[in-house]
Amino acid sequence: MDKIPILKMGSFLLVTIQVDLYDRLALNLEADLIRMVDKTGAKGVLIDISAVNIVDSFMGRILGNIASMSRILDAQTVVVGMQPAVAITLVELGLPLNGVRTALNVEKGMALLQSMIPPGSGDEEITEDDHISV
Amino acid sequence: MAVVKEQDVVPFRNRVREYAVKIKMGLVNQTKLITAASELVRNMLRYANGGKIRIEIVTKGRDNGIRLTFADTGPGISNIDLAMKDGYSTGKSLGLGLPGAKRLVNEFNIQTETGKGTTVTIIKWSNG
Repeated sequence: MDKIPILKMGSFLLVTIQVDLYDRLALNLEADLIRMVDKTGAKGVLIDISAVNIVDSFMGRILGNIASMSRILDAQTVVVGMQPAVAITLVELGLPLNGVRTALNVEKGMALLQSMIPPGSGDEEITEDDHISV
Repeated sequence: MAVVKEQDVVPFRNRVREYAVKIKMGLVNQTKLITAASELVRNMLRYANGGKIRIEIVTKGRDNGIRLTFADTGPGISNIDLAMKDGYSTGKSLGLGLPGAKRLVNEFNIQTETGKGTTVTIIKWSNG
């Protein structure tokens, strides 16, 4: 069974989607990610989709779901690195991803997350990247 | 090419991309075509347990294009006007699949008969 790794970095979770997603894989990611937010008390989730060639209505819905669910668990979500052709296609498809925050790349996404989270909340050790399997 | 389970979707999308690259379709049109194809193949899997897809290169004047034909023998669509409306879905989805796919391609044709199945044909022109 394929799985998309979720990395913990300080009080953020980092997901880089490197493979073409089919529906089941996207659903698993949604479930794993929400479980991880709950388990680690993460304050932010960064999803890098720069390697994703297509986002259709299902995948778009999953991204929206992840953002809403994380918000309920007190974590902010930022989607970064969307390819221009994907952005054009999403809007024409009729799915402008309302409610999902985006940034151009990982660096800007991280900065956005940091600015959204009030200082002093969560643990501030951003010293090591530990990989936690769910 | 037959698509009967979810894992078939990724190879199918790659196949469509190969054809699109072969006729030198631009990246944006490629992405639109593959996204539309992805929506239609999901419908086929969800409502008709899969079906068959034909991928062809078509020519009109000096323009090349890709024609995809999705044929299933599922339950058919009882109200086609409603199914083509944004936000309508009998399943638990956003209801963007059919109308969204139509917006992303140049030609869209759907034929359906209740109890017999549905055939959707789309064409995306390389410069369309």
